[in-house]
Amino acid sequence: MKSDDPNIQWVKEPQLGLTGRLYLTPVIDGLTTTLKHLFKTASGDGFTRQFPEERPEFGNPLIYRGVHRLNKDQQGRVKCVACFMCATACPAHCIDIIGAESPWEDREKYPQSFVIDELRCIFCGMCEEACPVDAIELTSLFDLTGASREEMIFDKEKLLSVFDATVEQEPMRTAGRKPLTQADASPH
Amino acid sequence: MAIITVDGKDIEVRDDERLNVIQAADRAGVEIPFYCWHPGLSVVASCRMCLIETGQKNKETGKVDMLPKLVPACQTPAKDGTVVITNSEKVKANQRFVQEGLLLDHPVDCSICDQAGECWLQDYYFDYGHQQRRADIKPFTSRRRDLGEHVTLFVDRCVMCSRCVRFTREVSGGGELQVIDRGSHAEIDIFPGFPIDDKMSGNVNDLCPVGALCSQDFLYQQRVWFMQPHNSVCTRCSTGCSIQIHENQEHLYRVQPRYNPNVNDWWMCDIGRFENGYVHAPERINSVKRRNDSQWENLLWPQGLLAVASAWTEAALRHSSEKLAVVFSPFLTCEEAFLLASYAKQASPKARLVLGKVPIVDEDETFKKGFCIRAERCPNRRGIEAILSHFQPDAAVGWGDFIAQVESGAIRAAYVTGNYPEVWNDDAEAAKFEKLSLLIVHDLLPTPLARRAQFVVPGVTFAEKDGSYVNHAGLLQSASWGIRPLEGTQSDGQSFGQLLGRRGLFQAADVMQELAKVVPFFARAADGVPEAGLNLVSGTEKTPRTTELGTVTHPTPTFRSVASQLVEIDVQTA
Repeated sequence: MKSDDPNIQWVKEPQLGLTGRLYLTPVIDGLTTTLKHLFKTASGDGFTRQFPEERPEFGNPLIYRGVHRLNKDQQGRVKCVACFMCATACPAHCIDIIGAESPWEDREKYPQSFVIDELRCIFCGMCEEACPVDAIELTSLFDLTGASREEMIFDKEKLLSVFDATVEQEPMRTAGRKPLTQADASPH
Repeated sequence: MAIITVDGKDIEVRDDERLNVIQAADRAGVEIPFYCWHPGLSVVASCRMCLIETGQKNKETGKVDMLPKLVPACQTPAKDGTVVITNSEKVKANQRFVQEGLLLDHPVDCSICDQAGECWLQDYYFDYGHQQRRADIKPFTSRRRDLGEHVTLFVDRCVMCSRCVRFTREVSGGGELQVIDRGSHAEIDIFPGFPIDDKMSGNVNDLCPVGALCSQDFLYQQRVWFMQPHNSVCTRCSTGCSIQIHENQEHLYRVQPRYNPNVNDWWMCDIGRFENGYVHAPERINSVKRRNDSQWENLLWPQGLLAVASAWTEAALRHSSEKLAVVFSPFLTCEEAFLLASYAKQASPKARLVLGKVPIVDEDETFKKGFCIRAERCPNRRGIEAILSHFQPDAAVGWGDFIAQVESGAIRAAYVTGNYPEVWNDDAEAAKFEKLSLLIVHDLLPTPLARRAQFVVPGVTFAEKDGSYVNHAGLLQSASWGIRPLEGTQSDGQSFGQLLGRRGLFQAADVMQELAKVVPFFARAADGVPEAGLNLVSGTEKTPRTTELGTVTHPTPTFRSVASQLVEIDVQTA
C-alpha cells in the first residue's frame, strides 16, 4: 500500500487550545489526582496495598489469567490428549508438546512431555479457549517468581502440581465432563 | 475434440484423454467432491459424494436431455456434448446428506486423529456439509488394530471408500486388505495371520481420505499443519521417485510420494518412505576432521577445507597427478559431481575420476501395476557417469578397478565421496587403502574407511541439499532442500564450490545451467528442470497439469490453513 492510496484515512493530531498551550492546567489536573490519593491513604481508605502481606482480592478468580495448570481426570491421569490445539493457538509459541500413544487402555494419545515457557507466555488465555477437553486452565496465581530462566520452564509434573495446589480453591470449570474414552464407544 | 459443458462453461477435451466428469470439471475450475475415486485406481462409485446432474446435448437441435436422477461423476465419461450441473440444489442436498451419513458413524476424535488438518471428511464437511450436526452423538475414540508393520487401522473412522482394498489388489498386487461384514457393520481387515507387509504398504496410509489408516512410524509424531512440504527426489533406488519431505523445525517427520507420471505415478516404496533414520542419526560426522597421529582434530569450516585443498595440492606435487583419484559416489547430485570433477581437473589435471560403489541389492522388484524398486540402490549413477565420461572420455574406472589400483600402489592419494545412507564399507575393504599417502573421505557416517582417513569432510543427506539426479531411465529431476544441514556441516555443493575457489552460496540452478552448457548430455536442462523432470535420453516426457501435481493425501494440492477452519468452528457454535 502506497502513501497516496485512497483507502488510507489520514488522521490529524488535534491542535492544543489556549489552556493546553499554557501547560499549567494539565499540571494542576495531574497533581489533583496525586493529592486526592495522598489524602485518601492518610485517612486510612487508601489504594496502596502492603503486597506480600496483603493479598489482592479478585472479583472472580475463575476468570483470572495467571499460571497454567494441567487438569487431571477422575483417575488422576493427565486430562490432556495431546491434540496440540493450545500450541497451535498460542501466539507466543510457548507451549511445547510431545505426543505419544497412551499407556492406558481407554485412552489413545497422551502428552509424553508438556512444557510451557512461562517467561515467554503472554497470558492471553488462548490455550484454554482452544482446549477441546478442558485440560489446560489458567489459575489466579499471578505472583510467579523464579531464580533462573530454567526454573520458569514448567514441565508436565510441575503443571500437574499446580492443579493439585489450586483445585480446592478453583474447581475445574467442567468438572463433570470426561475426556474421550472407550466407554463412550461406538454403537457397533 | 470433445466439448463438455460444466455449469454453463464449455471446455474442450482431446478425444484420446478419456477423462471422467470429475477431471473435466477440474479443468473448468469446478471442484466435485469425492472419496472413493482415485485416478490411479479402478472406479467403484461407492461413496456417492460425487453425484451430479448430467445430460446430453443434441448436436443438431441444441436441446439438452437431462437424466432424471443424479449420477456419479467418477463413473460418467466426459464425452462430446456432455452437460454437467454441479451446483444445483439437488446436488448440494445430496452432498449434505452423504456428509451427514458419514458423520453419524464417525468418532469425531479429530483432536487425537493424525489425519486432522488434511482430512477430506473435515474439509468437505466445512465446504459441503450441514452447518450443524443434527445427531446428538458424543465423540468417542475409535477401535484400533494393527494391520502390518507400517499400517494401523482405526476401525470406526473409516468411511468405506475401499481405496486401500483396491490398491492392494490392483497396484501392489498383494491383495491383503478386504472388506469384512456388510452394511453398516462393514470394516476393513486382513485375513488373520496375513498382515500387509509388502514394500508398498505405506501407500494405503496416503490413500486413506480420513484417519482410518495411519502410519505406525508417523503416528502421533507431529500434527500435519505444523509441517512444511518440500519437493524432493527419493535417493534409495535408481527409480528416483518424486517425493515430498515434510519437516518442522529442521526435523524430517515424513516422506510422501508426489505425483509424477514419468516415474512413480502416485506411489513410493516403504524403503524410501520409512528408512530415513540416518538423516537424524546421532553418529553423523559433523565437522571437518584432520588426523594427527591417532588423534582427531576438529577444524573450523573455511580453514578445514583450505587444509584439505592444500593437502590435495601437495599430494599432486609429490606424486605425479595420475596417481591421484577422486571417487564420485552415486549419491552425489549432478551439480556436486560437476563441481568436484572441475576441482579435480583443476588441481590435479591427470587425476583419475572414479565412479564410486554402486550398491546392488537382490533384484528389481516389480509390482502388479509396474511400480519397480530397483536393485540399484542409488539415485544418480547415470548422471555421474555422464559427467565423468565428459571430463575423462578415454577410460571409465569403476569401484572394483579403483580398489585394485589402490592395492597395487598405482594410486597414492584419493578423495573418496560416500554419502551412503548406511555404513558402506568394512574393515577388510578399508584395510586395502593402507598404501595411500593421502586419503580424504567425504561421508555421512563414520565408516571404517573414514576412520583410516587423514581428512574427513562431512556430507549431507538428500533432505539437506539442492540438486538434480538422473534416474535409471535418464530422467533428470531436481530436488530442493527441506531441512538445513546438520549443525557443523554444510551442503556438499558449497564444500566443492569452496574447494574450487568459488565465492558466495552454492546455487544448484545456476550450476545446472553451467553444466548444461559444458556437458552436452545435460543440454536440455539449460532452461531449468520442470517439476515432472526432463528425460535426457529419450528427449520426451509427460508434463502433467499443475492441478494434478502434489501428493494424494489431500484433495487440494496445498494444505488449507487451519486458522480459517478454527474461525469457521467459532462461527458455527456462536
